[in-house]
Amino acid sequence: MITGFLFRALDKKAIWVALALLAVAVLVPLSNAMLPINHPLHVPTHIMALFGKYLCYAMLALALDLVWGYCGILSLGHGAFFALGGYAMGMYLMRQIGTRGVYGHPILPDFMVFLNWKELPWFWFGFDMFWFAMLMVLFVPGLLAFVFGWFAFRSRVNGVYLSIITQAMTYALLLAFFRNEMGFGGNNGLTDFKDILGYSVQAQETRAALFAATAIGLAIAFVLCSGIVNSRYGKVLVSVRDAESRTRFIGYRVEHIKLFAFVVSAMIAGIAGALYVPQVGIINPGEFAPANSIEVVIWTAVGGRGTLIGPIIGAVAVNFGKSYFTAAFPEFWLFALGALFVATTLFLPKGIVGLFNEGWTRLRSGREADRAEETLQPGTEAAE
Amino acid sequence: MTEKLTKSLLYLDGVSVSFDGFKAINELSLTVEHGEMRAIIGPNGAGKTTMMDIITGKTRPDSGTVLFEGDIDLTRHDESAIALLGIGRKFQKPTVFESHTVEDNLELALKRDHGIFATLFTDTSSEQKERIDEILETIRLGHRRSELAADLSHGQKQWLEIGMLLAQDPKLLLVDEPVAGMTDAETIETAKLLREIAGEKAVIVVEHDMTFIRDLDVKVTVLAEGSVLAEGSLDHVSADERVIESYLGR
Ligand SMILES: Nc1ncnc2c1ncn2[C@@H]1O[C@H](COP(=O)(O)OP(=O)(O)O)[C@@H](O)[C@H]1O
Ligand SMILES: [Mg+2]
Repeated sequence: MITGFLFRALDKKAIWVALALLAVAVLVPLSNAMLPINHPLHVPTHIMALFGKYLCYAMLALALDLVWGYCGILSLGHGAFFALGGYAMGMYLMRQIGTRGVYGHPILPDFMVFLNWKELPWFWFGFDMFWFAMLMVLFVPGLLAFVFGWFAFRSRVNGVYLSIITQAMTYALLLAFFRNEMGFGGNNGLTDFKDILGYSVQAQETRAALFAATAIGLAIAFVLCSGIVNSRYGKVLVSVRDAESRTRFIGYRVEHIKLFAFVVSAMIAGIAGALYVPQVGIINPGEFAPANSIEVVIWTAVGGRGTLIGPIIGAVAVNFGKSYFTAAFPEFWLFALGALFVATTLFLPKGIVGLFNEGWTRLRSGREADRAEETLQPGTEAAE
Repeated sequence: MTEKLTKSLLYLDGVSVSFDGFKAINELSLTVEHGEMRAIIGPNGAGKTTMMDIITGKTRPDSGTVLFEGDIDLTRHDESAIALLGIGRKFQKPTVFESHTVEDNLELALKRDHGIFATLFTDTSSEQKERIDEILETIRLGHRRSELAADLSHGQKQWLEIGMLLAQDPKLLLVDEPVAGMTDAETIETAKLLREIAGEKAVIVVEHDMTFIRDLDVKVTVLAEGSVLAEGSLDHVSADERVIESYLGR
């Protein structure tokens, strides 16, 4: 049963991707730590940190693609799940600061002391324990997705309407988290982290470990998604995307099918956010910005939606482009991103991966045609 | 409710539904017996598709009784629940899962546990695979089993959809305009196919094509303006003056 799931999950493609990610998880930190700085294969710490960030984005895009590419649910609010996972991790990191804060309070984070709060709000309890925080990384985005999806899918909210309410959801959270009274640091968010599991977040070794954890996390998420989409459940997801009412009339509970994918996707997004926060050193309400969620859609579309590798390639490629552009021509980045999205929609509906697949097929059929011609040659001569 | 109100498989009585004041179905009453095949004809807009929408839970009637197997009130269930009760439906416009193969389309429709857990973890058994082979043979698509449904011809898509109904193993099949857009040869084959299915399962066929109805050779119900105008053999209803006036004469 579970073995059947794993067997389906680890098809040829998934094995290659997982192995590649594991190789990255080992080799990049090794090169960073072992090779001398002037060695051509040395990966500097800032580059490793940058790519660690990209891999978090890739995991977020993978999560989005599970619901959008496979089930047709265009969520414009996935940034919210990412941010919630990030906040859960941020809360753990805040509790690790202890007396090292500016005000030196043993329990309360600085911003609470600043607001004259006397004790820790109830929802901060337990976050000093890593396992509890990690549970919340999964639970909070999962619960939000469950409640939201329960109502939306049962009332059969579809298409543009669903996209709009997901966007409203992340916007509402943005406004809520901006408020100081919410107890999440308001405008400034959570920052000035010191330790994670007892290791300094600034230390090079910790950064390397976080990078490796992200690459491994992405590999696991990939295999999980591969198992899901290769199962009969995955085929039902695609059926819902292509002919929702047909799926209902066969006897599938479409609202349950959607809800499950939505919750799993939100949890993956939450993990991505949790891996992101210690690497960038801050989480603030800006992560809930509607524009962030829209960017995830663009990465996925550019990479190729409805494939599992597409969103990963898209997220890394577009963000690499963004880093380059914002350094070279900062004012043009948004235009470039917009143009990229329009061009993809018009000319590359299947994204970068679609382009490769097409090229590959053409190459192969070309070769086959050549071979066919060769074998035909004698026959045609004989006929003449 | 313990006693059965009717022995019929499907029992509609005094069913009405209106859309923005327009009565699409008006005091419709109809019964279909176990294993019976029934043809339903009627002019465009007579309410044939709407009637199927009511039976399959897509549309709720404003008033009236809709019973399945004597005591199941269909108006209280939704589409997927009704499908699981044993009512299969072919749409007027053929709808198959275009990005799945012919075989996968049938595999997905197969009657079994459709829950999340089962769909994630259980494999298709060898009996189920045999059943798929049988259906492929019945719908004459064995040679195209691993092709995408999108690549089928219009007529083949209609057959695949009927095959999906068979895989569902329902007690009642509702088939909306199965031969629309088919060639003559395909039409004849389809009539044969439906006759093969009937007997074991009850079938309601909606169709415009009179030669096709004649080929089926079953009891005919004529629908007009949302209610039953006449019922009986095709010859009997074609002789009815009101039928001629409202439909056949035009
Ligand atoms: N969802 C709906 N909203 C409004 N009017 C509808 C709806 N469904 C059907 N109708 C109307 O009800 C009438 C019967 O339609 P239909 O059942 O499709 O006819 P038939 O299948 O017999 O050609 C038509 O006039 C149609 O316009
Ligand atoms: Mg109709």
